[in-house]
Amino acid sequence: MVTRGFVGRRRAPGDTGTRLPPGQYLTQDFPILQIGPNPEVDLATWRFTLREGARPIKSWTWQEFEALPRTAWHGDIHCVTKWSKFDTAWEGVSVDDLLADAGIAAPTDYLLAEGYDDYTTNLPVADLVGGQAMIATRYAGAPIEPDHGGPARLFVPHLYFWKSAKWLKGLRFTRKDEAGFWEMRGYHMYGDPWREQRYTGD
Amino acid sequence: MTEIQPSAPLVFRWQEARIAAIAPVTARVKSFRLAVAFADGYRAGQHVDVRLTAQDGYQAQRSYSIASAPDGSGTIELMVEGLEDGEVSGYFFDVAAVGDVIELRGPIGGSFSWDAPDGGPLLLVGGGSGVVPLLSMLRRRALAAPDLPALLIYSTRTRTEAIALAELEARHRDEPGFTLVLAVTREAGGRRIGSDTVAAALASLGSPTRVFVCGANPFVSAASNHLVAAGLARGVIRTERFGG
Repeated sequence: MVTRGFVGRRRAPGDTGTRLPPGQYLTQDFPILQIGPNPEVDLATWRFTLREGARPIKSWTWQEFEALPRTAWHGDIHCVTKWSKFDTAWEGVSVDDLLADAGIAAPTDYLLAEGYDDYTTNLPVADLVGGQAMIATRYAGAPIEPDHGGPARLFVPHLYFWKSAKWLKGLRFTRKDEAGFWEMRGYHMYGDPWREQRYTGD
Repeated sequence: MTEIQPSAPLVFRWQEARIAAIAPVTARVKSFRLAVAFADGYRAGQHVDVRLTAQDGYQAQRSYSIASAPDGSGTIELMVEGLEDGEVSGYFFDVAAVGDVIELRGPIGGSFSWDAPDGGPLLLVGGGSGVVPLLSMLRRRALAAPDLPALLIYSTRTRTEAIALAELEARHRDEPGFTLVLAVTREAGGRRIGSDTVAAALASLGSPTRVFVCGANPFVSAASNHLVAAGLARGVIRTERFGG
């Protein structure tokens, strides 16, 4: 439906248009979205745990986690609240390297990422392996600030950013695709920005 | 926290909404009343997504908090702040007229929302236009739980920039159990929200079981830290942030 009198600001020339998914706008800021205050996360007691259902598979201390192989990633991120940010730089431990260190292949096809703030979000394992995702511990060359999910957050840049859970405490493999916090509240189960999968039914 | 736990997936479909009324709120903020099908079916604090489409198919979307509470008018109220060079707010300020139709979907969001059965005491902390979803909660409270203790700490740069100030001051005067604490930051004798503001609010209100904080990022971070430092459990605090 055409909105009477609406012209709109066309996307900037150059590659902005092709890099911006539908319905998104470019921001230079780094907005923060979360459901409550930052949780208290102490590196001395921090643990990262892989689970299959309730059963722990392997757990890492911060020191052990920092000793894992490092992966860097450079590119664009997209939030369901419509902002996109270009040319961000992240570093962390790829999910591939994490599974290798645990000595396992993914036991199921889905998982729930779990945060220290009890936030959860669901993802297919196929979207996390093959170099597509990491547990990030550094942003723009420095430790990730608490406001942006530090000390460690999930990082899955090809999906809307609510999938990149902040203050990550673990990944829990599930037999089925179980809805996480926002997914239970009407957000899309998968969340591909290029197909504009913001909400259920999109 | 208690909130809606839908058993079936929610589906937000685009729908047409006619602009029923436009009114100035402050020099930079306008109120838009929109006729929608869900006018009696939303929770205070929820938001809608608005979509505008140009002749050539180009579209822009933004999210706006609902300022109203269900009131039998068949409309919801949005408050739009005119941003410099704002693509969508510019349309609302310079083009939109009563009778025009836009597309929107919602109501969206269950985490940052409140209704009478959720109870209280209710502590609301808003900065600038972040007061809009909190205004919705106060309007809901007045209709559905007028005896519930509630307190709003509202940080505004100046009194003339404060949204719905006359309404908030009238509620403070007329509604037992509601207290408005205005923190004016850019006027003589003004102050920012500090640990003293929070301590005084908690002493007056009692221990809140529901806390909602909304505003720009630095404001919400600072206010949340004051609340946690004052001893509030993180789990009772819900935040909503906007801007960079």
